[in-house]
Amino acid sequence: MPLLWLRVALALYGVGLLYAVVSLWGGRPILTRIMLPAVGLGTIFHFVAIVEYAMLGPAFAPSFLHLGESLLAFLLMAFFFVVYLRYKTASPGVAVFPMVFLLTVFASAPSSLLSSPSPGVSNRWIIIHVGLILVGYSALFFSFFASLLYLVQERNLKSKVTRGGFWSKLPALATIDEIGYKCLVFGFPFMTLGLIAGSILAEARFGSRLFDDPKILLSILMWVVYMVLLYTRWSAGWRGRRAAYLAAFAFAAAVLAWSVNTGWHRFIVP
Amino acid sequence: MNFQLIGVNHNSAPLEVRERLAIPETHLPDAIRTLVQQPGVEEGMVLCTCNRVELLTSGNHGSDVRGFFPMYFGVSPDALNSHIYEFRQRDAVRHVFRVASSLDSMVVGEPQILGQVKEAYAIARGLGAVHSALDVLLSRAFAVAKRVRTETAIGSSSVSISSVAVNLAEKIFGSLKQKTVYLVGAGKMAELAARRLMANGVGKILFSNRTHERALQLSEAFGGDAVSFEKLYETADHADIVLTSTSATGYLFRREHGEQFLARRRNQPMFFIDISVPRNVDPEMGRLDGMFVYDIDDLQTVAAGNSAERQKEAARAEEIVEHEVERFTVRIKSLAVVPTILSLQEQFETIRQAEMDRIRGKLGQISPDQEAAIESLTRGIVNKLLHTPITTLKSSTSEAEAASVHEIIRRIFNLNSRKPNK
Repeated sequence: MPLLWLRVALALYGVGLLYAVVSLWGGRPILTRIMLPAVGLGTIFHFVAIVEYAMLGPAFAPSFLHLGESLLAFLLMAFFFVVYLRYKTASPGVAVFPMVFLLTVFASAPSSLLSSPSPGVSNRWIIIHVGLILVGYSALFFSFFASLLYLVQERNLKSKVTRGGFWSKLPALATIDEIGYKCLVFGFPFMTLGLIAGSILAEARFGSRLFDDPKILLSILMWVVYMVLLYTRWSAGWRGRRAAYLAAFAFAAAVLAWSVNTGWHRFIVP
Repeated sequence: MNFQLIGVNHNSAPLEVRERLAIPETHLPDAIRTLVQQPGVEEGMVLCTCNRVELLTSGNHGSDVRGFFPMYFGVSPDALNSHIYEFRQRDAVRHVFRVASSLDSMVVGEPQILGQVKEAYAIARGLGAVHSALDVLLSRAFAVAKRVRTETAIGSSSVSISSVAVNLAEKIFGSLKQKTVYLVGAGKMAELAARRLMANGVGKILFSNRTHERALQLSEAFGGDAVSFEKLYETADHADIVLTSTSATGYLFRREHGEQFLARRRNQPMFFIDISVPRNVDPEMGRLDGMFVYDIDDLQTVAAGNSAERQKEAARAEEIVEHEVERFTVRIKSLAVVPTILSLQEQFETIRQAEMDRIRGKLGQISPDQEAAIESLTRGIVNKLLHTPITTLKSSTSEAEAASVHEIIRRIFNLNSRKPNK
């Protein structure tokens, strides 16, 4: 059943994907009108799917990786709606929808590798660790995309030519800046706590082998960049191009950390 | 249904003619009452704005209000004829849709007109002068206007210099509340732009001028602070928006000034609007991250670009209107044949009932089964007989054809003496 709900959500996210692609080429009014209800409904189905997974218990849960993808997609949608309600802009959808769609495609694929985390590790800790990190990832994704939008909007304003469609509907520069900054500030404690939870967990079980894992090294690198990003913003008000480079770097590290070893830590894979 | 629209607008008549035909708001009810008293007129409304005076009526096929303007204003018809336009039926519907959607406006896409049409409608409706066909037409016109506004970007861009400046400021800072504007120099245009910015709610305004007296005067007039010209560079970074219009011959603000300001502002963006010729702000400064510099040519280019964009959007809006006119005419036509179809069905049903009663008397006792058989037989005959006239009524395409089919059917079946019971 949860898989069915997830696939319904996927179909609805498809409308969002279509909207994202089409809006870059001028947009279609009909898509603009149905996009929000569609992805909103998709998010609700997605939520139902996640709750049902949780209630089924670990025996029926899909591979941990798939659940992670599903959760990340859901969190991104939740972030999208928070930003939409607060700032009245659907512009992040252009990046969020394709991302969410892709993640949900993976999450709803029949899982052949049912790699439950190694039996020695407490599931509850893992869930806390993964959950925190995923909230951090979502925030970082939003912050990164906001800094890209900032660059686009800055260039728009400096080029002094009128552009129609999607580009003319971007939020104000200050609003984009605020979205990026607030996401950064919001995500940082989650990322930090998530990493701490993860390292305590790993330290306890694997001791010094901890630092052999590229995933952990990349995560730490990402966290450092994340902190630099926040620091330069606080101290010098870095935004625009410089902030975008840093955010891109942090995001790239995050993506690498996510994808290394097919998403799972080396030391748990037997 | 007979819609007629008579009027003058900024294209058809010069101001002298329009002002002679203008109806002050206090006289509107009187004008509307006079209008609906014209022979054959069932409903009417009057739209009077600074760019147009229009009469919209609905009545029977003989109604004609072309004589209203000369009669009401006591002007000779010859003086008006070349300025007045007239639309009927479909064309009148199209015109109403275009006016409400701001496609017939002097500045295409300006938002006021819809409110004006709504007000004119409310007044006429309050007087009972708009109640059925015009009510349907106007409600549809409002829906069309809304559709045009949401589906095209016709009203979204500014086409005047000062509104472009405000628009750009909003694209940079979002809300202008809490923002500070610095007016350097005191050109007329800068003053206009400042006024516009203030109307959009900027928090604070500073004035600086080589003649400090002038700055003081302005600060009193606008309610801001005057800053002495010597302190220009020390204070400029307090402002988010700097409007320059001095007669200085060299650049007042150069790239290095911009760098200093940004450092002091911790990289918060600044917007320089330079409306002076020769320019006061070095365009090089605009290359800095977070510095936005627009000179008078840039503003004009944006305004011109927006007008072009608006024209494109207007073409899309016209398509929407055309589509809606089509839908509306189909709908109104089907509404028009409904009473005839009803009377027709009613008349046949009465005949059938009468015949049924007669046969019952003749047959004496019959079983329920037999009764049902006779019921269904007679109903079947009636329905088959009615089928062709009803489909012909519904399917007549041109208006003239519809009217004649309508009339023939009413005469053949002698429906004119009857009114349908709804």
